[in-house]
Amino acid sequence: MTPRQEPAYTAPPPGPDAPLPAEEVAARIGALPDPELPMITLADLGVLHSVGITDDGRLDVALLPTFLGCPGLESMAASARAVLAECGHPDGRVRQVLAPAWTTDRITEAGRAKLAAHGIAPPGPAGDGPVPVELTAACTHCGSAATRPHSPFGPSRCQAVQWCTSCRETFPAMTVI
Amino acid sequence: MRDPATTARPAAPGARGTAPGDALARHVRRLGDDALILGQRLCETVTRAPTIEEDLALSNIALDLIGHARVLLTRSGQLDGSGRSEDDLAFRRTEREFENVLLVELERGDFAVTIARQLVFSHYAVLHYTALADAADPELAAFGTRAARESAYHRHHADRWTERLGRGTAESHRRMQAAVDRVWPYTAELFEEDELSRTLVATGAVPSVAALHDDWAAAVTAVLDRAGLTVPALGPQPRGGRDGLHTEDFAPLLAELQSVHRQYPGGSW
Repeated sequence: MTPRQEPAYTAPPPGPDAPLPAEEVAARIGALPDPELPMITLADLGVLHSVGITDDGRLDVALLPTFLGCPGLESMAASARAVLAECGHPDGRVRQVLAPAWTTDRITEAGRAKLAAHGIAPPGPAGDGPVPVELTAACTHCGSAATRPHSPFGPSRCQAVQWCTSCRETFPAMTVI
Repeated sequence: MRDPATTARPAAPGARGTAPGDALARHVRRLGDDALILGQRLCETVTRAPTIEEDLALSNIALDLIGHARVLLTRSGQLDGSGRSEDDLAFRRTEREFENVLLVELERGDFAVTIARQLVFSHYAVLHYTALADAADPELAAFGTRAARESAYHRHHADRWTERLGRGTAESHRRMQAAVDRVWPYTAELFEEDELSRTLVATGAVPSVAALHDDWAAAVTAVLDRAGLTVPALGPQPRGGRDGLHTEDFAPLLAELQSVHRQYPGGSW
């Protein structure tokens, strides 16, 4: 297993004189590390749906939950609220929206590369059809394609455990959904 | 932490109005109760599963179910206008105010009973949530799309274990068959409709669960066949959960679920 990385995010300089524009806030929220997979950002994961302005002029951040029971959801929302406050939007709000449904297809190429670099096999295509519960993923230790599912449930809800028949090691693979 | 003395009492659960949203709210609350109680029941298997992989699998499935309950109970509190949160609904109702099916509250039993219950429920959940994706309420529809895909993993897990235990040793076969026999009578309630749900189905607000029964039976029968298990004859079918009438197994489960809230009302961290 790869040792857990320290989150890459560092707090920005405090207290802008004027509230920062929505685009800047979106960039900062997008740069937050995922609470359970800190090697990738919320933008890499594709969970930042929108940063808009409501009718009453407040900033409105919409996040897409990955799994509905993901324990990281609260942490993501709290981090986003902290960014809003730092950026001069203490009255901004953070919502979770269910549509469009988040899928592993939303993970960016950069995110996939970072997952692979940290020993987690990136997800294959999810598409709109039935969920491919039997994963296929190349071994992250030896690169062999001769792997088979070991358990569809792994160290976090979004990871499965795959077994390599070549090097006989297990490795985590992103669950396709 | 909120000050308990100033925490507003939620609206009395018995005081149900007649606004159109109330029927849908109660229907959604029932589905939320199913997910919450099954999730709580499954949590009991954490550290008691046969292998560490299985411990992770069952706890992840329980996590999904509680995630489903959070969405459904939150939506229910919005629909009936009571402003009750997911926590109000989970922690501040009494036994009779829960309207989950009896299947989800039955005692944990052995590992085979856990798998048998997951088998019949996950097949139902995938079918029901898939149909719910066409619901008129956009939140419910979005939930259905999402929850059906998550539940497909639960179904896959239960299918594989049913086959493994059914075709394993004589002892695993015997216990898996006994487990299927144990939960089978309780499956009828999943597909029952009462006046409330029939009204909602008639207006097109929610899908008919009764219409899903044959597809469910065919799919579960196929798994039992592959596992070398016998589909039980349908004898007496216990019911009452949808009216808040529960088995003896329910009160201890609810007491544990609500124990922290009772000691620290309104506590949060």
